[in-house]
Amino acid sequence: MKWFSRPASETQITNGQRLWLYVVAWLVMIFLLAPTVIVIPMSFSDSQYLEFPPRVWSFRWYEHYFGSPAWMQATATSLKAGVLTMLVATPIGVMAAYGLFVSKMRAASLIFLILVMPIMVPVILVAIGVFYVYVKVSLVNSLLGLVLAHSILAIPLVVVVVSSALKSYDMNQEMAARSLGASRFKAFMVITLPQIRFSVITSALLSFLTSFDEVIVAMFVSGGENSTLTRNMFNALRDQIDPTIASISTIMIIVSTSLLILAQAFGKSDNES
Amino acid sequence: MSDVALPSSGPASAPPSGQTNQRELKRDARRERFVLFSLCSPALLLVLIIMVLPVGWLFWLSFLGEDGNFTLENYQRMVESKSYARIFRNTFEVSLLTTAICILIGYPLAYFLSQLPRRTANLCMITVLLPFWTSLLVRTYAWLVLLQRRGVINEWGMDIGLWDEPIKLVHNLTGTLIGMVHIMLPFLILPVYGSMRAIDRDYLKAAANLGASPTQAFWRVFFPLSLPGLFAGSLIVFVLCLGFFVTPAVLGGGKVIMVSMRIATNIELFFNWGAASALGVVLLVLTLVILGVASRVLKFDQLLGGGHGS
Repeated sequence: MKWFSRPASETQITNGQRLWLYVVAWLVMIFLLAPTVIVIPMSFSDSQYLEFPPRVWSFRWYEHYFGSPAWMQATATSLKAGVLTMLVATPIGVMAAYGLFVSKMRAASLIFLILVMPIMVPVILVAIGVFYVYVKVSLVNSLLGLVLAHSILAIPLVVVVVSSALKSYDMNQEMAARSLGASRFKAFMVITLPQIRFSVITSALLSFLTSFDEVIVAMFVSGGENSTLTRNMFNALRDQIDPTIASISTIMIIVSTSLLILAQAFGKSDNES
Repeated sequence: MSDVALPSSGPASAPPSGQTNQRELKRDARRERFVLFSLCSPALLLVLIIMVLPVGWLFWLSFLGEDGNFTLENYQRMVESKSYARIFRNTFEVSLLTTAICILIGYPLAYFLSQLPRRTANLCMITVLLPFWTSLLVRTYAWLVLLQRRGVINEWGMDIGLWDEPIKLVHNLTGTLIGMVHIMLPFLILPVYGSMRAIDRDYLKAAANLGASPTQAFWRVFFPLSLPGLFAGSLIVFVLCLGFFVTPAVLGGGKVIMVSMRIATNIELFFNWGAASALGVVLLVLTLVILGVASRVLKFDQLLGGGHGS
């Protein structure tokens, strides 16, 4: 076994001496992936007690999910809230990031701080605060209220992701366009936006996921026919382990994995350009 | 970029005198600032109305008694009552333990990944990014299923003969820690990995050249250089843990009570806004103080940059 006695690199100990590192690294990677990977086959189990590997395979829990009007309505609410949050948070987040980047106002760093505040404040505090105000203006259980609350949770992500993309963007290109007669808006749309589009898309996907996966705010301000999927899942989990949730989880894993793949694909081209 | 204002000054007619020119430029710069400021205003307004205003309101509520008069009783209760002291101790213990475990197992993985060739590392990074993008609730549920009495872990443990009776892995501190470590690990690994990748390998060669053994070179050159990333990562993990709700509520089985869970029960069961607000204010102040102290040591975007999208 030559590999064992060979140093890992010119300045390092041998592979054999740091075998523990490889073992730990692989164990941690398995730990990270295990729950997601094991839940998927389990959701196809026929048994009430989810088995792995399932002894009898069936679509029972999927039929249960797709046949339930309550789950379907919750899914529709979550999808609507996710898309609307994306449509609200992305444009205004990009606008803010651009404004902060171009202007060298003294207030810029303060504004940045306020805009990223929502990810630093504990979510429970945002949730009960929003709930308190929504009760007064009767926005509780409304889609509008939910979308507004989710949007402020998504804005920090958009601002951070787009700001970091703008940092490596050369503003002189836009100035060149404007000196040739383009309006500021046109110069942004034609010159700047195409070059930061990948981070804009990434932040849009993140905004959707932020809303789609959010539990705590939804627990307080969504309800009735506007209950979200995660709110209903959380309530179901508190009572007992309902196998239907395994099938919903599998669907959610597939959704987020595809979004991740999309983001990675776009992210790659962002680095190359 | 003070020259940004120049292009919008329009087609130059006859060269104006120096003074008019100065005045026009100033007016232009002002207009420019105004336009740029208005770009931020939708986002700013939304955050102010939906977050800052309600949280400020809660701050106010925390000083009101049941009769609506100014009082400090909500804060006094927190100091005097044993149950509140226990909740705070519990929250700190769980957060510290989670952070420590994350460092212990996350640092080696980040180190391992940072030494792989780019392509392989990106492939292995999927194991870190996939959980990061997967719903927190889904992951918590998955652990609940895996760790339960008749779950996979218990069945396998007994099959291999590690233990004879099903052991209690969930609805207690163990389950909570397993779930929270799983959810927090990416927040630690991403910044640590980033800072390790940025370390110039020539430093290590220089150290070796000067007679350092590989172990010495690691501890005296590589490790100190990776500390900013490690510090940023641990801090994010700790602060996020302080406000954790979903995972301890599902996996803790009522044995692990975090501050945020108590806030929720104060509202849902007792409708006690004063008590809940006071707890929330303390939680918020703790979080901001920790972040504030940290931002003196670290650059602010370093704290945030390690997170999403990297």
